[in-house]
Amino acid sequence: MEREIRLMKGNEAMAEAAIRAGMKAYFGYPITPQSEVMEYLFEQMPKRNFKVLQAESEVAAINMIYGAAGSGARVMTSSSSPGMSLMQEGISYIAAAELPCLLANIVRGGPGLGTIQPSQGDYFQAVKGGGHGDYKLIVLAPNSVQEMADFVFDGFKLAEKFRGPAMILSDGALGQMMEKVALLPEGSLPHTVPAWAATGKPANRPPNVITSLYIEPEKMEMINHTLQAKYKQLQKEEVRYEDYQTEDADIVLTAFGLSSRICQKAVDLAREQGIKAGLLRPITLFPFPEKKIAEIAETAKVFLDVEMNAGQMVEDVRLAVNGKKPVYFKGRMGGIIPSPEEILHEIEQISEQVLSYQN
Amino acid sequence: MYHSDEIILAGFGGQGVLSMGQVLSYAAIIDNKETTWMPSYGPEMRGGTANCIVIVSDRRVSSPIITKFDSGIILNQPSMEKFEPAIKKNGFLFYEESTVVYPPTRDDITIIKIAAIHEAELMKKKQVANMIMLGAFLEVKPIVTMDSVLKALKKVLPERHHHLIPLNEQAILRGKELALQQLHLTI
Repeated sequence: MEREIRLMKGNEAMAEAAIRAGMKAYFGYPITPQSEVMEYLFEQMPKRNFKVLQAESEVAAINMIYGAAGSGARVMTSSSSPGMSLMQEGISYIAAAELPCLLANIVRGGPGLGTIQPSQGDYFQAVKGGGHGDYKLIVLAPNSVQEMADFVFDGFKLAEKFRGPAMILSDGALGQMMEKVALLPEGSLPHTVPAWAATGKPANRPPNVITSLYIEPEKMEMINHTLQAKYKQLQKEEVRYEDYQTEDADIVLTAFGLSSRICQKAVDLAREQGIKAGLLRPITLFPFPEKKIAEIAETAKVFLDVEMNAGQMVEDVRLAVNGKKPVYFKGRMGGIIPSPEEILHEIEQISEQVLSYQN
Repeated sequence: MYHSDEIILAGFGGQGVLSMGQVLSYAAIIDNKETTWMPSYGPEMRGGTANCIVIVSDRRVSSPIITKFDSGIILNQPSMEKFEPAIKKNGFLFYEESTVVYPPTRDDITIIKIAAIHEAELMKKKQVANMIMLGAFLEVKPIVTMDSVLKALKKVLPERHHHLIPLNEQAILRGKELALQQLHLTI
């Protein structure tokens, strides 16, 4: 398909992609560093075929998403960390009611009101549930403006295929930076209103009920079984990752999103010095590429996980490595972005201490 | 081996530092190169200074966040203090003469002083000082074609300012002349 090339901010690219992906409605509430999403959509609304609404709060916005998704519309919201926290109750309801929708968290430094600088401190919230109960989000972690756009299409597709909320987990830097983006044309992701949608009951079918309330525990357990079966299928079929020179690597870095870009440079710098470094970037954070990491643990000597937080994905890396090899961690917190040189320094130290000791 | 140019552009908010970077980035994609434009946002920006990192490369840019630069285009004193030490050895440092009170002192880089604001005033449009700086940079480091820069101006400037494109072009050309003169003085 013919793609249109533009120079865009990550936030704008995501908004433009949502329009082209046939998003019918967006409900949101402004918060830095993702306010450009709604600004862009409002600017485009008069010219194109979708609706945007600024709700009175994030809580209202996510419940509008719940309602619109229940009626079978392709819908999306976005926010940044504190705003996403406010939405968690609604997200749990949407997961329980098995409704597709797309969420985007342009993460900023926390906890609390925190800072507006980029962070990856919401990995746990995105990947481990965030709201109450046993549910999961399908989580996609872009590391470029191109992927900020592409993952809107992928997110809608997965959400609709598995009937549940999908999330783009990004950060303030990816939202604010500009890169070349090749945009898919409008109409490339067709959508039909699904049979389960609450669209008004005709005489010839029983009512379609959208709910997350099941008083009898037996019924509730059945719903849980359905959800868990979906998550298993996701883990089996939809894992995505990017492998950068891990094949012959002694030291394998693991990083997602923006950190993975910095790590890629650090790997290049390390290779220039003759250190065999590689990078495994999970693209889907759930489902997590645990098999691939376990496989690498057979050949690599040591892992270094790099994140812009106090160490969150590293727990999943350790579970996947399962004690076979040491897993080190390097993180910066509170909105600080590590430099490639800082990561290189870490690689050098580990390679001096661990690799020379092992040889 | 691939080629990559890493540039820091910095000054006060309102001097057009961010749009100067965008012109460079847009020209790069018109030239079929890879690029990132990474702005400062947040507390620094609210303090009145603005900067952006532009990377232009033959292949996909890895880290958009870097701490050492091949070139700097500096339009105020605080940015000079912050970024003079961050220019790589043998790199290039372009600065605006009237806003940088204490000139850079390093002798392992090429320093190019441009009276951009003075020249812009002569052109009766103070706002084009940024394009004079950009022109100076492009004379020394022709990393994108002039043709693409002119196309990029159309993309970056809002439509209501499109009548100013010829003036911006003139400013870029004037910047190129000034850089050439400066280079002769340096050598």
